Amino acid sequence: MTKQERYLKLSGLEPLVITPESNFINVGERTNVAGSKKFLRLIKEEKFEEALDVARHQVEGGAQIIDINMDDGLIDGKRAMVKFLNLIVAEPDIARVPIMIDSSKWEIIEAALQVVQGKCVVNSISLKEGEDEFIRQAKLIKRYGAAVIVMAFDEIGQADNYQRRIEIAERSYKILVDKVNFAPEDIIFDLNIFPVATGMEEHRRNALDFIEGTKWVRENLPYCSVSGGVSNVSFSFRGNNPVREAMHSVFLYHAIKAGMNIGIVNPALLEVYDDIPKDLLEHVEDVILDRRDDATERLLEFAETVVGKSKENKVDLSWREEPLQERITRALVKGIDQFIVEDVEEARLQASRPLEVIEGNLMTGMNVVGDLFGSGKMFLPQVVKSARVMKKAVAYLTPYIEESKDSNASAAGKILMATVKGDVHDIGKNIVSVVLACNNYEIVDLGVMVPPEIIIQKAKEEQVDIIGLSGLITPSLDEMVFLAKEMERQNFDVPLLIGGATTSKAHTAVKIDPQYSQSVVHVNDASRAVTVVGDLLQKETSDTYKKSIKLDYESFRDRFLNRSKQKEYLSLKEARTNKLKLDWDSSDIKKPSTLGIQVWDEFDLKKLVDFIDWTPFFRSWDLHGRYPNILKDEVVGKQATELFDDAQTMLQKIFNEDLLKAKAVFGLFPANQVEDDDIEVDVGPSNENSEQPQFVFRTLRQQLKKRDGVPNLALADFIAPKDSGIQDYVGCFCVTTGFGTQELAKDFEREHDDYSAIMIKALADRLAEAFAEYLHKEVRIKHWGYSQEENLTNDDLIDEKYRGIRPAPGYPACPDHLEKLSIWKLLEVEEKIGVKLTESLAMWPAASVSGYYFAHPKAKYFGLGKIQQDQVKDFAKRKGIKEEEAQKWLAPNIVEV
Amino acid sequence: MDIKDILQERILVLDGAMGTMLQRYKFEEEDFRGDRFKDWEHPLKGNNDLLSLTQPEAIAEVHRKYFEAGADIVETNTFSGTSIAMADYHMQDLVYELNYESAKIAKKVADEFTAKEPQKPRFVAGSIGPTNKTASMSPDVNDPGFRAVSFDELRLAYKEQVEALLDGGADLLLVETIFDTLNAKAALFAIEEVKEERNIDVPIMVSGTITDASGRTLSGQTAEAFLISISHIPILSVGFNCALGAKQLVPHLEVVSAKTGYAVSAHPNAGLPNAFGEYDETPEQMAAQIKEYVEKGLVNIVGGCCGTTPEHIKEIANIVKEYQPRKLVVPA
Repeated sequence: MTKQERYLKLSGLEPLVITPESNFINVGERTNVAGSKKFLRLIKEEKFEEALDVARHQVEGGAQIIDINMDDGLIDGKRAMVKFLNLIVAEPDIARVPIMIDSSKWEIIEAALQVVQGKCVVNSISLKEGEDEFIRQAKLIKRYGAAVIVMAFDEIGQADNYQRRIEIAERSYKILVDKVNFAPEDIIFDLNIFPVATGMEEHRRNALDFIEGTKWVRENLPYCSVSGGVSNVSFSFRGNNPVREAMHSVFLYHAIKAGMNIGIVNPALLEVYDDIPKDLLEHVEDVILDRRDDATERLLEFAETVVGKSKENKVDLSWREEPLQERITRALVKGIDQFIVEDVEEARLQASRPLEVIEGNLMTGMNVVGDLFGSGKMFLPQVVKSARVMKKAVAYLTPYIEESKDSNASAAGKILMATVKGDVHDIGKNIVSVVLACNNYEIVDLGVMVPPEIIIQKAKEEQVDIIGLSGLITPSLDEMVFLAKEMERQNFDVPLLIGGATTSKAHTAVKIDPQYSQSVVHVNDASRAVTVVGDLLQKETSDTYKKSIKLDYESFRDRFLNRSKQKEYLSLKEARTNKLKLDWDSSDIKKPSTLGIQVWDEFDLKKLVDFIDWTPFFRSWDLHGRYPNILKDEVVGKQATELFDDAQTMLQKIFNEDLLKAKAVFGLFPANQVEDDDIEVDVGPSNENSEQPQFVFRTLRQQLKKRDGVPNLALADFIAPKDSGIQDYVGCFCVTTGFGTQELAKDFEREHDDYSAIMIKALADRLAEAFAEYLHKEVRIKHWGYSQEENLTNDDLIDEKYRGIRPAPGYPACPDHLEKLSIWKLLEVEEKIGVKLTESLAMWPAASVSGYYFAHPKAKYFGLGKIQQDQVKDFAKRKGIKEEEAQKWLAPNIVEV
Repeated sequence: MDIKDILQERILVLDGAMGTMLQRYKFEEEDFRGDRFKDWEHPLKGNNDLLSLTQPEAIAEVHRKYFEAGADIVETNTFSGTSIAMADYHMQDLVYELNYESAKIAKKVADEFTAKEPQKPRFVAGSIGPTNKTASMSPDVNDPGFRAVSFDELRLAYKEQVEALLDGGADLLLVETIFDTLNAKAALFAIEEVKEERNIDVPIMVSGTITDASGRTLSGQTAEAFLISISHIPILSVGFNCALGAKQLVPHLEVVSAKTGYAVSAHPNAGLPNAFGEYDETPEQMAAQIKEYVEKGLVNIVGGCCGTTPEHIKEIANIVKEYQPRKLVVPA
């Protein structure tokens, strides 16, 4: 009766004990931002209630464990994880099952372990970063009381054959059991399920190696479990569900027999093993178990009979034999522009008028694209490629249409698009324009930095049906509010769309919507733009939709305002009393090796390759997931890989042809904190342009009331106060990789190649960020030299593991854009490297990054949050500007009254 | 003699309630204050842990009575001895001293008894209560995501308490009256840290609280889920105390007894509270219930919680000495 068995035991509010008799344990995976677009959207929009429904649905649907993942660049993963888990704990019908904490960031894993009472599973750790880190994490996991998934991954890389799988598993196991004293039954191995039937020789044994590896692990490493994400195995048959379902059940059948006992499987994509038709079963087993040399070819061939259509083959040109319309549609759907001109010419000869080709053949094809995109079967980069084909076709036809004096094609509607005054960012706007154009809307694109009077004037002249505004920096928000007021004053009645990285539903509802009595809609991703525009313009839906949007924003606004009132704020004086008081010790402070300003006029861009953070690049194309995992993602992996390949090609071109110019200016100066919130910089006599040797950075201080012991931060806190008698230092910088971008993009646009035009801008942005990262590293190691021993990988850099920070004006720690003026003046940025500031203080060229350097070991990134009027007044006074001006610039950060 | 070896041989008896015994002294505000805290700015009556500093003789006497009644283990007078719970009296800064002195008092009495009866060594268990805040529940019904205390705050508070208890001479640590398992996990985390830093091993007893007939902890876990959630580090015993009487604990002890290789403990209340909130199960009634535990072979350690007295413990000790302890299994 007291026999103690070594079974994997987990708990939520209720126990889950996994015994040899247990059926396969299915892990729910819809609460994973990397795997579910819907969940990602809910978390991004802070719709935690609905996100809870997703979790509840999983548990009701039979998930015995729920996997929760918040790894997305746009989300504060730690905060979202903790908040979501805290809410889950309050829902007994969800919290009854154990939680799988899924993150690639240890910080998020640890935060999650601190809020869950039950015994969780950590997903995952591995030897990737070496034994020491592995042991450290395992020890903590044990101490927090969780089981762990160990990935078959080591210092060399991911295990991709039988031998490597069992070697890494055995090594991990021995370390955990012998060195960490980890309970062996609490170890779960993920032995990497990779796709088979990819056509690559080295992938043939992928499934078999997993299955055999599983068998070895279960036989040789006592008490442990084996898990994995099953749908990966059938990756190459995406689109052919009957074959995929068969592959999943065949794979599971054999993997479970070998000892796999936990896994992530979409129950909707699973056939009953016995129900698989004999012939299909044979072909699938040949592939999974690698039974024949021609297994893949045979299954591919057979698969056609299963769905009746062939899989795309890159060199297969048999589609050229198909009827004309099929060919045009295919070219548009697949984004192949190679034959479009000859096909369009053929269509033109058959048509009575050239315009018919656009309205008939091409629109038929684009409708297919629109449907596929709308139903999530095509992804943004594909649609942009479709648009490239479409533009090429239209360009070819235009002279004929003009010759025949045909009237304009009847578009579904006319939409004005503009990036507002003072703002130069247009990647998002261009993508939305392209997608809408694909859906037969006529786009009047006014470009970037468009003054409001031009928007108004053009809207009237062109009689547009909708106006779309975009912006990335915070001052653009006020431009949008201004335009909405102006539209109201001039009795406009067309809907106003708001989009761009800095915009939000909250801002739209609270600030813009009340200014304009007609419809205002916040649209932040391209796929939604199509539906929204459709709903706004279709006669049948228009009225109801407009009313519902107005009501929705009104109630959202009420809720938002009520919420914001509940927060408590300190007076500026109180906040200052509660500032961060570091123990100032001169050993924490290093005098920079080189003081003063340095300029890099020439810089070899190739050095930046390893510093690029690719995750945001994919995000700019609406592909969500963390690089490099995104390349293998079940849903978007194929598209991500193609996009990535195109990006590499473009990058090589940039390097080889020296298309972009990189420049940098930075300076390191003696400095001290004065009057709590200011940083007095000693410019020294070397800078002849400045009248006085003292120069002051003004920082803003958090005013939200904190828990006991938590300080109200300002960036100035990271610099030693003058009265401490310790000489401290501060730095600032501006880098750019943007010179040349505009010209290149224009060239591509002239060739109707929006895809490449957007690509070059997205890459320039990435390079600028990489340059900032690179320069920061150089400063840490050399020019300032406080981290001479530093040896970090690119992932570490992206995860900001280094000492010191480089906050940028306009971003959360210092949302005040005006400070850019100070940096510009101090470093003479425009004179030295040519980067300008627009009237909204956006940098031009757009692919530029500027900021401060702080070196104290305790310096960290934080968000200012909302501030009160007393600080606005004080700030205006300190800065010597009018209070109204301060109001205007700080508006997004001032507490609503 | 190692307590683990003794557990193989016989059922150990834990003491009964400290609070119930202290009530008999009818201490008033000035007794709580003593000379040292006569000018303290906040009321101190009810701060039982403080009596270890202001009325140490009374505390020693209670321990003595329980040892005389047959207890093998007494609990230190430190149920609320964390900076979190002491904040109510603004006595966070006294936490180390309170725990250190409480352990010292108990250890001195235990040593007296061990010297007299070396064949029955007496032990001191450092009592670690749940604090007055919960890490996995929100005190605000309108904001279920809110938490009044974080894991790290609890961990640090518990660490301070654990260090002081060990310095004062506690032989064991008893994490008890766990109504939120996450609080207990923070305590266990802190204990592991101290063990590692000092390179010592110390036996740990873990005791949860099933709050009512729902059969769950206040934070919603079943007995088995609770057991799984605290079994990740080596402990001496696991069991339940408080909230329920001996009778109501039986089904939960059966679950834990069947599912764990660790020793099982129980220190129930003297029945369920009556209409006046008093516990009125007599020593004989309670002992009769405890008899069921030992006949079924459910427990290795047994004692009492709210409402129990040396008289209860005496009856219990008399019963259990006739029985074999529940069999322990060394993990495979």
